[in-house]
Amino acid sequence: MNDPKLQVSTIPVVRFSLDRSVATAFGCIILMLLGGALYSREFLSPEYLLQQLQISAFLGIIASGAMMVILIGHIDLSIPWTVTLGAMMATAVAGWYGDAGAVFAIPAGVLCGALVGLLNGLGVAYLRLPSMIFTLGMNAVVQGLMVLHTGGFAPQDHATDAMHFLAVGRPIFGFPNALFIWILIGAFTTFLLTRTVFGRRVYAVGNRETAAYLSGINTNAVIIWCFILSGAAAAFAGVLLAGYSTKAYQAMGDPYLLPAIAAVVLGGTNILGGRGNYLGTIAGVILITLLQSILAVMQMPEAGRQIIYGVVILAMLLSYGRSEIDRK
Amino acid sequence: MSDVAPILEMKHISKHYGGIAALSDVDFVAFPGEIHAVLGENGAGKSTLIKIAAGVTDPSAGELYVAGKRVNFRNPTEAMAAGVVCVFQELSLLPDMTVADNLSIVAPPLRGGLIDSRAQRERARELLAMIGCEDIHPLELVRNLPLSRRQMVEIAKALAKRPKLLILDEATSALTAADVERVYAIIRRLRSEGAGILYVSHRMHEIEALADCATVFRNGRRIETFRKGERSVSAIVQMMIGRELIHHYPEKPTPDSGARVALSVKNLSWGQQLRDISFDVRKGEIVGLGGLDGQGQRSLLFALFGVLKGISGTVEVLGKPLRLSGPRSAMRAALPMALIPEDRKTEGLLLSMNIRDNISLASLSRFQKGLRFDRGREHFAVERMIESLSIKISDLAAAVSTLSGGNQQKVVLAKWLMTDPGIILLNDPTRGIDVGTKQEVYRLLRDLADSGVAVLFYSTDYAELIGCCDRVLVMYGGSIARELSGTDLNERTMIETALNVDDKGQAA
Amino acid sequence: MSDLRHRLYHNGGLLAAIGLFGLMFTIYVANHPVGLTAAVAATAANKAVLLALVAMAQTLPVLTRGLDLSVGMVFILANCMASAIVVGTIGEGLLGIAAVLGAGALAGFLNGAIVVWGRLQPIITTLATGAIYYGIALYIRPGPGGDVQSDIADLATGQLFGVVPTALIILLGVVVLVWLPYRNSVLGRAAYAVGSNEQAAYMSGVPVHRAKLLAYTLAGFLAAFGGLMLTFNTYSGEASAPIAGNYTLNSIAAVVIGGTSLFGGWGSAIGSIFGAFVLRTIEDLLFVFNLDPLWQPLFQGVVLLAAVSLGALRVLRIRNRLELFV
Repeated sequence: MNDPKLQVSTIPVVRFSLDRSVATAFGCIILMLLGGALYSREFLSPEYLLQQLQISAFLGIIASGAMMVILIGHIDLSIPWTVTLGAMMATAVAGWYGDAGAVFAIPAGVLCGALVGLLNGLGVAYLRLPSMIFTLGMNAVVQGLMVLHTGGFAPQDHATDAMHFLAVGRPIFGFPNALFIWILIGAFTTFLLTRTVFGRRVYAVGNRETAAYLSGINTNAVIIWCFILSGAAAAFAGVLLAGYSTKAYQAMGDPYLLPAIAAVVLGGTNILGGRGNYLGTIAGVILITLLQSILAVMQMPEAGRQIIYGVVILAMLLSYGRSEIDRK
Repeated sequence: MSDVAPILEMKHISKHYGGIAALSDVDFVAFPGEIHAVLGENGAGKSTLIKIAAGVTDPSAGELYVAGKRVNFRNPTEAMAAGVVCVFQELSLLPDMTVADNLSIVAPPLRGGLIDSRAQRERARELLAMIGCEDIHPLELVRNLPLSRRQMVEIAKALAKRPKLLILDEATSALTAADVERVYAIIRRLRSEGAGILYVSHRMHEIEALADCATVFRNGRRIETFRKGERSVSAIVQMMIGRELIHHYPEKPTPDSGARVALSVKNLSWGQQLRDISFDVRKGEIVGLGGLDGQGQRSLLFALFGVLKGISGTVEVLGKPLRLSGPRSAMRAALPMALIPEDRKTEGLLLSMNIRDNISLASLSRFQKGLRFDRGREHFAVERMIESLSIKISDLAAAVSTLSGGNQQKVVLAKWLMTDPGIILLNDPTRGIDVGTKQEVYRLLRDLADSGVAVLFYSTDYAELIGCCDRVLVMYGGSIARELSGTDLNERTMIETALNVDDKGQAA
Repeated sequence: MSDLRHRLYHNGGLLAAIGLFGLMFTIYVANHPVGLTAAVAATAANKAVLLALVAMAQTLPVLTRGLDLSVGMVFILANCMASAIVVGTIGEGLLGIAAVLGAGALAGFLNGAIVVWGRLQPIITTLATGAIYYGIALYIRPGPGGDVQSDIADLATGQLFGVVPTALIILLGVVVLVWLPYRNSVLGRAAYAVGSNEQAAYMSGVPVHRAKLLAYTLAGFLAAFGGLMLTFNTYSGEASAPIAGNYTLNSIAAVVIGGTSLFGGWGSAIGSIFGAFVLRTIEDLLFVFNLDPLWQPLFQGVVLLAAVSLGALRVLRIRNRLELFV
C-alpha cells in the first residue's frame, strides 16, 4: 500500500517545472545582458557576445558529459582532474613522439579521459558504490598520477598548434572554432539523447533503474557508457583549455566542477536523473558564463563568486527540485 | 460489555487511494478487556483499518475515538502516546541495532539525561523473559536473529510500551508452535489486565482459540461483528466470500493435454522463501498461483524471470534449460518470457516518461535502423498496441502518470505484448484497477492462451483465479500446498487450502 | 562472558582499525631515525588530530545514511576565522574560539536544515553550501596570513608534563565530552536508527528530523574544531580549496577504514579517529621508507579508492538483484 504520509507525488508540477526552468534560465540570460548593457554598451556588442560564447564552449563541452551522468541519476566528481589529465596527456604525447605525436595528441588525451570514465562506470555499475564517493576517489588517483607524471617525466606541457588552433582560431568570418566544436558536440549529444535507442535507455535508467532492468535493459552498460562519455568530454575540454592557455598545468580543471554541475542543474535536468534536455544545458552554460563574466567585470572577488554560485544553485534547487526527492 | 466505554471507536471511516476505496464508511468498536479478531480476504481493508488506528495513515473521512476522546493522529508517535501500539506485519525493527536498543528505542531509561545502557539491558532481559525468550541475548543485533525471533522481539517491543490497545497484524505468521502458545498467554494476560486487543490473522484455529468476538471485512466494508461461538467456521468463510458475482469470465476451452510443455520447473528452491517447487505450464494454458499474500508467489515469478540469485533447481523452456541470470536472458528464451510486475509505479512504469516511451521500452532494439532510431515505425507499432488494447489516451506524448490505474496497467501489458512473448508471468495485474478493465484483462489472457501463449497468473483475488485459470497452484509457506482443477477449483476449497484448514471446516 | 563476545563483535571494525594503526605505528617508530621522542610524538599527533576531528565530523551524517561534502570547507572556514578573531588577550582568544565553534555549528545546522526541511539530497546540498563556506573563508582571508593567540596555540600544540601531546588530550576531551554523551543520548541513538532503516524508525516513533538536524550541526561543530586546531598549528589562516577537498576526501576514507558503513546505521566516531590515524601513519611511513615524494599522492589516492571500495562487499550478500538498485 502506498502511504500518503511518506510519499509525495507531484508529477504535474514536475512536468511544468522542466519547461519553466529552461525558460527561467533563458529569461535570466536576457535580463543579465540587459542589466549589463545599462552598465556598459559593450555587453550587447557582437564581439563581446562571441567572446562569451567562445569561453562558454569549454564549460559547455564538460557540461555535455556531466549531463549524461546526471541524467542516469549519478554524478561525476572526477571531472576536475580528468580535465587536467586530458590536457597533460595530449601535450605529453605531442612531446614524446614529435610530429607523429602531434597527430595523436588530441585523440590520446580524449582516450585517457574515456579510460577514467570506464573505471568510474565499472565501479558504479558492478561494485554498486555510490558514484559520488567512487568518482571522488578516482579524482584523487588521477591527481596522484598527474603529480607523478609531471614530476617524474618532466613531459612537454606546450599545446600543439592544432590544439591552439581549435581553441582560439577564428578562421571562418571570425567565428570561433571552439564554439563550432561545442555546437558539434551539442548536436551529437542531442542526437544521442533524442534519436537513438541508447538515449531512450539513458532516460529510462535515470527514471527508475528497477523498471528499466525488468524491461530487459542492460542498465550496467548504460551506466558505463555515460561515465565514458563524461570522462571523454572532460578530457577533450582539457585539451582545448590547454590550447587556449597554450599549456597544460596542475589543477587546471579545478574551477570547472561546480560550474558544470550547476549549469546542468540550472538548465532543468533533474539531479536525481531521468529528466532534462540539452537546450536547458545550453542555457545553463551560457547563464553561468555570463554570471562569471559580469562578476568579473564588476570586479567581484573569487570569494563573492563562490558564495553566489552556492546560493544560486541552492535557491533554484529549492524552488523546483524539492518535491521530487521522495520519488524513490 | 455495553457498560464499558470502548477503547477504540471508528465512525464512518473511509479511505481512498487514488480513486480506489480501501475502506468505505466503516463503523467499528473495540472494548477493553476483549480480544477482537479482524477477519477478511486479501485486500478486504484490514490493514488500512489498522494503519488508521496506529497513526500511519490518515482516514479520508470519518472520526476516530480512543478511550472516548476524539483523536487525529498525525504520526505513529502520537498514537503510541495515546496507548495504541501496533505490531506490524512488515517488521519495524532496526536491523543494525541491538535487541536492547530496539526494545527501548523511544523512551529509554535515562541517567543524568543519557541512556542508561545497563538499566536498558536489564529492562530488555525482563521483557524477553516475560515472553519466554530468555535465549535471545539483549546485545544481539536484530539482523542476526532469525525471522521467528525477530517477531518475538517485535512483540516484546510493543509490550514495553504498556499498550491500552494492542494491535497484532499477522504477528504470529513465522512463529514456532511453542512461541505461539507463549504469545497467547501474554495476550490473555493483557486482556485480564484490561487492555483491548485487535488480532488480525488468517489462521482460523488461532481465532477460535483466542478471540472473544470477531468482525469480518469484505471489499472495504464491515460485514458483521459477532461474539465467540455465534458463527461456525463455514459461516465465517461464507461471510468472507460474499455472494457478489460481478464478473463474467471468458469461457474455458477443454484442456488440451497434448499441447507442448512451455515452462517446466523442477525442485526450485530459494532460501527459506521458496521450497522445492515443481510444476509445468503447457502452451495455451492459464495456470493460476493462489494462496494468501506473501506465501512466495511473488518470489517465484521473480525467480523464473532471473531476478533472484542463489536459486537451486531447474527451469526449462520448451525442454531447453533456462539460465536464470536476468530479464534479458528470460526474454531471449526459446519462448520469450514477459513479467508483468506487481508494483506498476516502481517496477512496471517510468512514471514521468510518456506513453510511447513506456510502451516501446522493452522492444527498443527492434526499432533500430543503423545508428538511428526509427521513430516512425515505433509510432506505428505503439499506435497498433494502443488500438488493440483500447487504451484511452489523449496524447501519445502525455506522461503515463496522467492515466488512470486501469489504463496504466494496459500500458504495462502493451509494453510486454509488443515483445511477442510465448510465456507471460503476471503478478497480481488487476490490483487497484476498475471492473471494466479487469474484464478486458481476463478476455485478453484467454485470447493469448488460445493463440498458444503459456500464462502463469498470480492473483490475490480468488474469484478471479477460479474464473480465469485452467488450474490453480495454491501456495503456503513457500511451497505448493495443493493443485486445484476441475470441480475442486471453487472458492471454498481455495480459501480452505489457503488458510490451511481441512474441508470439513474444522481448524487443522 | 557472552556480553564480552557481543561487545567484541559490535566493535570489530573499531578494533581492526586500532590494530592496523598499532601495527603501522610500531613499524613507523621502529624505522624512524630518532625513535619515539616526545617531539616526534607531538608532531605526529598534531597532524593526525586535525584529520581525526574532521573524520569524526563526517561520521555523524554518514551514520544517518547521509554525507557531508562541506566538512573540508567548514574546516578551512574555521581556520580563516580563527586566524582573524582568535587574537589578543587569552580572554579575547577564548571568546574568539567560542565564536569560531559557534559558526561551525551554524554552518552544520544550515546543512541539516536544507536536508530536512528543504528535502534536498545531502550530497548536492553540501556541495553547494561548501562553495558558500569556502567563499566566506576567501572573503575573510583572500591571501594566506593572519595570526593566532600564541599562548593558547602553544598550549594546544605542546606537550603536557613534557611527554603527552596536548592535542591528543584535547581529542580525548572531545570524545569524552561530545561524542560519548551524543552516542548515549536519545537523539544520538535516533541517528543510528534513521541510518539503519528510516521507515522503521519513523514507524517506531523515533524523532527522525531532530536526529538529522543534530547530526549535521555537530558535524559542523567538529569540523570547525579541527579548523581551530589547524590554526594553532600553522599560526595563520589560508583559504585553500585543495586542502579543503583533501580533508573532505580523507574524512570519508577514514570513516570507512574506521568500520562505519557508508550505508548508515553502523559504526562509531572513535573508529573514524583511528581511521584518520591510519591514513596519517601511511603518509609518515612513506616518509621514513623514503618513498619518492612524487609517488605519495598516487599512493594515497589508491589507498583511498581501495578503502571506499570496501563498501562493495555488500553486493555479495544481495540475493535479489532488484535490491542492487536501491
